[in-house]
Amino acid sequence: MKTYLFHFHEMESANSNILSIQTEKLTKRFGDFTAVNAITLDVKKGEIFGFLGANGAGKTTAMRMLCGLSTPTAGKAVIAGYDVYKGTEQIKKRIGYMSQKFSLYEDLTILENVSFFGGIYGMSSAQLKSKSEALITQLGLENETKKLVGSLPLGWKQKLAFSVAVLHQPEIVFLDEPTGGVDPVTRRQFWDLIYDASDAGITVFVTTHYLDEAEYCNRISIMVDGSIAALDTPSNLKKKFSTESMDDVFYELARGAKRSGD
Amino acid sequence: MNNTSGFSVVRNQLFSFVRKEFYHVLRDKKVLLILFGMPIVQVLLFGFVLSNEVKDTRIIVIDVARDEASRQLITKLGASRYFQIDHISTNESEIEPTFRKGKIKAAIVFPVNFQQELQHGNQAQIQIVTDGTDVNAANTINGYIMSIIQDFSLESNPLQKMPYRIVPEVRMLYNPQLLGAPNFVPGVMAMVLMLVCVMMTAVAIVKEKEMGTMEVLLVSPMRPLLVIISKAVPYLLLSFVNLSIIILLSVYVLDVPVKGSVLLLMSLSTLFIITCLSLGILISIQTDSQQAAMFASLIGMLLPTIMLSGFMFPIENMPWPLQLISNIAPSRWYYIIVKDVMIKGADFSSVWKETLILITMTIALLAISMKKFKIRLA
Repeated sequence: MKTYLFHFHEMESANSNILSIQTEKLTKRFGDFTAVNAITLDVKKGEIFGFLGANGAGKTTAMRMLCGLSTPTAGKAVIAGYDVYKGTEQIKKRIGYMSQKFSLYEDLTILENVSFFGGIYGMSSAQLKSKSEALITQLGLENETKKLVGSLPLGWKQKLAFSVAVLHQPEIVFLDEPTGGVDPVTRRQFWDLIYDASDAGITVFVTTHYLDEAEYCNRISIMVDGSIAALDTPSNLKKKFSTESMDDVFYELARGAKRSGD
Repeated sequence: MNNTSGFSVVRNQLFSFVRKEFYHVLRDKKVLLILFGMPIVQVLLFGFVLSNEVKDTRIIVIDVARDEASRQLITKLGASRYFQIDHISTNESEIEPTFRKGKIKAAIVFPVNFQQELQHGNQAQIQIVTDGTDVNAANTINGYIMSIIQDFSLESNPLQKMPYRIVPEVRMLYNPQLLGAPNFVPGVMAMVLMLVCVMMTAVAIVKEKEMGTMEVLLVSPMRPLLVIISKAVPYLLLSFVNLSIIILLSVYVLDVPVKGSVLLLMSLSTLFIITCLSLGILISIQTDSQQAAMFASLIGMLLPTIMLSGFMFPIENMPWPLQLISNIAPSRWYYIIVKDVMIKGADFSSVWKETLILITMTIALLAISMKKFKIRLA
C-alpha cells in the first residue's frame, strides 16, 4: 500500500479553485432547538474535509442537510453545483454516502452488494460489470466475491462500504464516522482509499471522533453547540492554539460546550 | 448517470432492488418457513384437525329389535363414510361403559318391535345417545344420523304418504354435509395473506431502518416512493405463490373446489394483497424497530383478522361495539368475497360492495402512508 501521509499537505491541483460544497449561514431548527446554527463553509473539489465536533454538536444534522436528506430551515447551500432546496435530485446523483452504521447487506455476497448499489444508482449491467471488477481488484478481494459480507472482518466491510459509496464516481463522498471500531492499521488502510479517491478528484467530507484522523485531512472544522468554532488546516489550528496536538485544540474548543451527548 | 435515460435508470433500480429483496427472503430460513410452511400447515390444520366435520365416527348399536328394518338401517349407517360401527349389541347397559372408555361418540338404540311399529303404526322410535360434553360434535353427529334415517324412511316407503307427520328437513346450503373445510379455507386465505403481506412487508422495511441501510437508500437517487414499491413487489409475488398453494391444497387435498370464476377470485385476492401491503407500509413508516413492527402487525392486524372477520366467530353474535369495529378489518370483507366466489360460486355483481370497500381502504391507507412518509423525511 502506498502512503500519502508525507505529501498530501502540498496537494495542489488544477481543481483546487472549484468549490464542491458551499454553505452560507446554513441553519436547522427543530422547534425551539437550533441544531445547526448558521454554518458557513467552502470545500474545494478533491479536498479532504474533516468535520469534527463532540456528540450532539450538530454534525449529523449538518451532514444530512448537505446530502439532501433534511431540508434546511434557513441559509444557503450549493452542493456539486446544485442548490439544496431545489436540486436534491441532481445532488443525489452526484454524491456518495457511507453511514455511521455499517451500511451494506450482510446476507448478500460482496458481488451482490456491489451490483445492488450500482443498480440503485441506475448503472446498467455492462457498466456494473467493469466497475465491480475494478473495485474487487483494487481491494484484493478476487477470491472472496462469493462470500457473504456478514462473514468479513469489520475493517474489510468498511473498506468495501467506502468503495461502494464511490462506485458511481460521485463528485463528493460523505463519510459519517467511517472508521468506528477498527484497529489503527486498518484505519490507515482505509485512509489510503480516501486518498486514492481524493487523487481521483472526489471531494471527501468526513466526520470522525479520532483526532489523529483529523490530522490526515486537508482542512478541518470543529463544531461546538451547532456552530463552527474553528475552521483551518490542522497545522494552522495547532499554531493558533500554540499546541503540538489536535487533542488540545479540540478540548480547548469543546470545553465551552453547553450541549453534550446525543 | 447522465448518459442513460430516465426510464432505464428506473428499470435498473427496480430490477436490482427486487433481486436484492429476493436474496433476503430466500436466504432467511425463518422467513421461508413462515412464508411457505405456515400456509400449508394452516390449511391442513384447519382443514383436517380442527374441523367439526364428522368422519368415521365410532358408534355402538344396541339392536334389541333384531329385525329386518333395524338391520337395513344399521347397514346403511355403517356404509356411510361418517360412521363406523364399533359393535352391535342387545344389551343397553353396555352404552355407558363404552362411552366412558372413549371408544364411541354415539349410541343408537332400536327398541323391540321396531319393524312392526314402523309398518303398522307408521311411526317408530329410536334413541340416539350422544356425548353432551362436546356439544358441537354431538349436534353434528345428531344431524348426520337424522339425515340417514330420513333417507332410509323415504327409501323404504317411497309411495307412502305421511299426511299427519311434519318432517323438518334441514338443508345446509352450499355445504350440505357440514364439512369443515369450506368454512376454513376462506378464513385461512385471509389470515395467511394478512400475515405475509402486512407483517413481512412491515418488518422488511423497518429492518432497513434499523440496520441503517435506509439512509443510504434515501441518499441515493432512487426515489423514496420507488424504494417502497420495490420493497413491496417481492411480497406481492410471494403472496401469489401462497395464494396458489392454498387454492391448490383446498381443491386437491380438502376437496373444496372453486365454484365461481378463478380469475375473479385471483383478481380480488390481488386487491386484498395490495390492501395488506399498504397496511404493512403504513406500519413500517410508523415504527422504528422490527419488534415493534411485528408486534403491531400481530396484535393490531392478525388478531382482528381471526376474531373479527367472521371466520371463527359469527359477526352477528358479537356485541355491537365489536360489530362496528369489525367493519374496519379488511379481512372481514375479503372473507365474504372468498366465501361468495369460491364456495357459493357468486359472480362480481354480488361482491362489488365488498370490492369497493377494499379499494377505498387501500386508497386511504396509501394516502396516509405517503403523507407520513413525507413528514418523516423532512
